[in-house]
Amino acid sequence: MSVLVFAPVQDGILKKLALEAVSFGVQLAHSLQSNCSVLCSSEVSAEAHQQLQELGVALCLKAEHDLMDVDSVVHDLTQAASRVGAQQLVISNTYLGKSVAPRLAVRLGMPLASGVIDAPKKSNDGWEVRRSVFSNKGYAYLQIHGHSCVMAITPNSFPIESRLVGECKTEALAVPSDGHQKKFQVNRVDRVVGKIPLTEAERVVSAGRGLKGPENWHLVESLAASLDAATACSKPVSDMHWRPHEEHVGQTGITIKPDLYIAIGISGAIQHLAGVSSSKVIVAINTDKEAPFFKVADYGIVGDAFDVLPRLTAAVQRFKASHA
Amino acid sequence: MNILVCLSQVPDTTTRIVFAADGKSLDKNGVQFIINPYDELALTKALELNESLGGGRVTVVHVGRADSESNLRKAMAIGADQAIRVDADATDAIQVARELAAIASKDRYDLILCGRESIDYNGGMVGGMLAELLGLPLVNIMTSISSNGTEAEVSFDVDGGRAYAQVAHPFVATCQKELTEPRIPNMRGIMMARTKPLEVVAASVNAEQTQVSHYEPPVAKSGCRFVDAGDMDQLVSLLHEQSKVI
Repeated sequence: MSVLVFAPVQDGILKKLALEAVSFGVQLAHSLQSNCSVLCSSEVSAEAHQQLQELGVALCLKAEHDLMDVDSVVHDLTQAASRVGAQQLVISNTYLGKSVAPRLAVRLGMPLASGVIDAPKKSNDGWEVRRSVFSNKGYAYLQIHGHSCVMAITPNSFPIESRLVGECKTEALAVPSDGHQKKFQVNRVDRVVGKIPLTEAERVVSAGRGLKGPENWHLVESLAASLDAATACSKPVSDMHWRPHEEHVGQTGITIKPDLYIAIGISGAIQHLAGVSSSKVIVAINTDKEAPFFKVADYGIVGDAFDVLPRLTAAVQRFKASHA
Repeated sequence: MNILVCLSQVPDTTTRIVFAADGKSLDKNGVQFIINPYDELALTKALELNESLGGGRVTVVHVGRADSESNLRKAMAIGADQAIRVDADATDAIQVARELAAIASKDRYDLILCGRESIDYNGGMVGGMLAELLGLPLVNIMTSISSNGTEAEVSFDVDGGRAYAQVAHPFVATCQKELTEPRIPNMRGIMMARTKPLEVVAASVNAEQTQVSHYEPPVAKSGCRFVDAGDMDQLVSLLHEQSKVI
């Protein structure tokens, strides 16, 4: 019996979202007086192994290949779950997680809770988990019937806590090929380079129509660069093709949950707020002191973006220079 | 192609979400329900694909009660040929996926489209479950598709980028924003929709695995602290010392 976590390895190590899932799994296993196993891709390095051991993982199952496509992840997780007798499976609710979790839950015949934002509580006949619903306009308490389940946890919702329990063993996961013909051929993957993916970013700088045109986005990008932040935008901005649609945050775009969200020249329509209101700290910059964004912001600046942005960027740079 | 489009209905995006006093349900008073925006893109793309191939059939399917029928008529006004409503409460993703799979198994569909998630429960689970139940490939969070009826070229969002792939029909795909623009029904479509078939079928499975016990509104912020636009050093030090985010 074990809790099983899917821990994709990137560039040889475990990145933040994988670490969150592992830490979540270890805490869950601890509450069940069980242990935590992880499934990693073949490239797991000594450094990654060290990370797993420090978090308190008992067993690292190494896949025979890199776990890039959904079919092999689901296949390998199914095998790994049976090998360790996993009753609870944990996956970060990234794009990959969103593709894997529903298939896996059906294949294992387990209930699925997606978008989990709190540690699960044991209930009479299973589990209770809290998840965001209505695009962050509310929370739902979901009752899971039964002891076993797949949990897809919301990124940036859980701390990464060390819990050294001993040595983390590593074993190879030999997976029998299921012999099925591949009907799905991925030809290429274009990765955004040199930019922090929005869904993984701890800090996000976002702008709206107040920026007046795409030619002014260098102001947003400079501030983002100074903060190691990702850039985002409002729906009108992506609709007008000032910025690519994958930067659109809001109810019909991406829902994000960074530590810091800076909104520049965005009035704060309810659809936009829905996508960002779970951010830990919100800073709103707007010329209109009645802008709805100030109602959900922690800090507000009434001022012109073209005046405030360069000054804020300079202030961040001064701060970094003095704290370097 | 013979295309099945799965529709759900959701509160309009401008809705102020209020829960009933006992916290057990959404207060539906004055809430307008619309076709889930991602599902509307799925429907539009289904119509575009068949137009480009010079023929085919688009069926919309919905799991829900009779109050959703105006949205199913709207889907037919946009261009769907027929609608099927499974008469059940859509409360649990696996329950919905199993009902949809039962409908999908009754015919030979070349393509099954869903939205990437519903904007109410945001689970994003039904498309993947449906693909698994039917044993079909899944293109999740699809941003473009072109098809010759036998094989499709697709692109879809992956973490930190975009993937391009070839998939043989039949398969399941969930639709992302960039896929297309929604279509507005015209008067002719609205008239024609009145006589298109809307079949109601009884629920076939009882597979509920989860249940929402209660809801809670988000905690309101304690108030906004205004910082002088001329003093950005103060903002930076607040973000560092008080909020600890930089």
